[in-house]
Amino acid sequence: MRPSPARLLNILVPVKRLLTVNRAVDYAVKIRVNPQQTGIDLNVKHSMNPFDEIAVEEAVRLRERLKDGVKSIKAVTIGPPKSIETLRTALAMGADASIHVETPESAPAPEPLAVAKTLREIIKRQDGGVDLVILGKQAIDDDLGMTGQMLAGLLGWGQATFASKVEIDTVKKEAVVTREIDGGGEEIRCKLPLIITTDLRLNEPRYASLPNIMKAKKKPVEKFTPEDLGVDLTPQLETLKVAEPPARVGGGKVANVDELVEKLKAAGITAA
Amino acid sequence: MLSLYRHAPRRLALRSMRATHSLPPTLNSVTEHDLAHFAKILPPSSIISTFPPSSVSSEELEQYNNDWMGKYRGTSTTVLKPKTTEQVSEIVKWCNERRIGIVPQGGNTGLVGGSVPLRDELILSLSNMSKVRSFDPVSGILVADAGCILQSLTDYVAPYNHIMPIDLGAKGSCQIGGNVATNAGGLRLLRYGSLHGTVLGLEVVLPDGTILDQLTTLRKDNTGYDLKQLFIGAEGTLGVITGVSILTPPAPQASNNVILALPSFKNVLPLYEIVKRQLSEILSAFEFIDRTSYDLAVKHGQGRALSDEDVQGAECFVLVETSGGRREHDEEKLADLLEFLLEAEEPLINTGVLSQSPAQFSSLWALREGVTEAVAKEGKPYKYDISVPLSSFQDVVDGTREHLRSKGLLGDHAVKYVVGYGHVGDGNLHLNVVANSYTPEIQNALEPYIYEVVASHRGSVSAEHGIGAMKTHALHYSKSDVSIAWMKKIKEIFDPRGIMNPGKVLE
Repeated sequence: MRPSPARLLNILVPVKRLLTVNRAVDYAVKIRVNPQQTGIDLNVKHSMNPFDEIAVEEAVRLRERLKDGVKSIKAVTIGPPKSIETLRTALAMGADASIHVETPESAPAPEPLAVAKTLREIIKRQDGGVDLVILGKQAIDDDLGMTGQMLAGLLGWGQATFASKVEIDTVKKEAVVTREIDGGGEEIRCKLPLIITTDLRLNEPRYASLPNIMKAKKKPVEKFTPEDLGVDLTPQLETLKVAEPPARVGGGKVANVDELVEKLKAAGITAA
Repeated sequence: MLSLYRHAPRRLALRSMRATHSLPPTLNSVTEHDLAHFAKILPPSSIISTFPPSSVSSEELEQYNNDWMGKYRGTSTTVLKPKTTEQVSEIVKWCNERRIGIVPQGGNTGLVGGSVPLRDELILSLSNMSKVRSFDPVSGILVADAGCILQSLTDYVAPYNHIMPIDLGAKGSCQIGGNVATNAGGLRLLRYGSLHGTVLGLEVVLPDGTILDQLTTLRKDNTGYDLKQLFIGAEGTLGVITGVSILTPPAPQASNNVILALPSFKNVLPLYEIVKRQLSEILSAFEFIDRTSYDLAVKHGQGRALSDEDVQGAECFVLVETSGGRREHDEEKLADLLEFLLEAEEPLINTGVLSQSPAQFSSLWALREGVTEAVAKEGKPYKYDISVPLSSFQDVVDGTREHLRSKGLLGDHAVKYVVGYGHVGDGNLHLNVVANSYTPEIQNALEPYIYEVVASHRGSVSAEHGIGAMKTHALHYSKSDVSIAWMKKIKEIFDPRGIMNPGKVLE
């Protein structure tokens, strides 16, 4: 019996444009809360969320492994006009095409549920269907870490979160994913279509090479507005206040052990 | 005693390597009597000595006596760590009267043995002088104690949107006083110029203990001889720098970097011309790494490697950095340049990678900055830091390799690699010879050979590392007899007893 032909995978990679502090000041410089206490200081540079970078890299590596088994890799982002730069980065890394859900410059960042609903609408509109969605496990600016799980819930698909290793069998339409869990790894087998969220150890994203950056400029970007997709991106949550942790108070020196014990007792710390 | 014995064979080998070094015979060793005097000036926590009352073992002095490469080893008994300029003055005054040699020491990150004693001189560590004295966010003028670590000053001025005009691989350990004393160059020189321009004033303790206060914050001051310039690059032989006033430039609002892979070294110069012309004021670094340096950096985990496809057929790499005031403007300029380079009829570059995130920006820099560390991990490095015309960079590296081969010293038994990297924009080549161990045979094959090559190009035997103890005998390859005679006269005027960093710079 001849094996059935391998199914051609369509992969969708949602990417988020992120506010990070510009390395020109100092890569490790502290993020500062803005004076209005509504968010962080916007003297920043925009780049792709690192976990999303890992997601794009994984999609490209899947193609390198499965060759023609991967039919398409599409990157998608939601954001103001400048977010297209983030799509160009994904395209330069190896995505074939991209989708930009454009929001006004002044619009607030959409919340995970709204993002998940938008992605569901996009997936519905893909002619060849979508077999795999690879997302970052969280964005490092708001640390919410919910979009992947919500999308899986909305679509009724399986989910493999915090992935550190992904293997796809295109014939059986199965994935074996190693998840990062407390105290080690958990290996799970899932059916496609599937949502995967990436963890740090999954891979190390490649640099975008100059020829690929040039090619990326010619790759297609499909545009939608939230209205086109019939989604409402209005935030459901209100940020009351963003505050820095209290400044560390300097310690004191003690002259001897007795004094130390006394101070510990005064602070309410006793031997168990 | 045991530890002395353990290191004896190695020290003998080293001594033969630098047989030309000698200290003035009139210098005295530190005694218990001196310690008693220092105890009157400094608190016990500022004195580390094998003499009572601190009576530490000689192992505890190793980090002060040895340089970080393990190439130079002193046998000092005493380290003093004053906190104030007055304390430095008192110490120096006493040493001058007693004729005790002093080695001023900052972060001890030097590469030419300038910050460790040759024998048992007193080590004067500036580490405890680490306070910022003032910063004016309008003019950008920073006044700081000499012992401030470069990185902590960078962190200090960052919230005011300024950066230090100097940046180098050792920034996490090196101190501003040491930077000035050695006239350190580094990665930002192309953009902001040398310390001779950015240092506005100095506070120096002269060898007789007098405090020379030239800690002005004036950008213009044409009133007679500019004495502070003498101490910039004097490597502590004329006095101890205790305070620095330095002009910090505003921080660029946007930075990008790119590594370009070149099929041949011949393309570096034409590339530099094009990059300079097209990027103009936003060009902030143009660094060269040869293939062997790159491979070593990758081997030792310094930054993420480029893909095999990207490095294939590359003979060398160039890192270009831009810094400017407006991101869109800079990125457009850079994109135009890259497109021009890729689409040229006869491209100067094979390919390249452009950083897409702050993490990649750091990673690309790590490939260049990490070469120093990679070379040290690979073996024992002989480091030559020379200025030669750009066009002869590769000839010098290849010539040195061939020279070693002709002496039968190239191979796993002796010299493993000869690598070249450096600051193309400044005409400064780092030529490193990585050997299994430091031996007199290799030393003799390299010197005076390299110095003669440099002299034939009218280059400098030390572009940014200084003379220290390593190159005193080679000074004459770059400086005429007249120049050296006048340097000696100046030394004699400031330090007639020869106590300041003896045996360094001048023989």
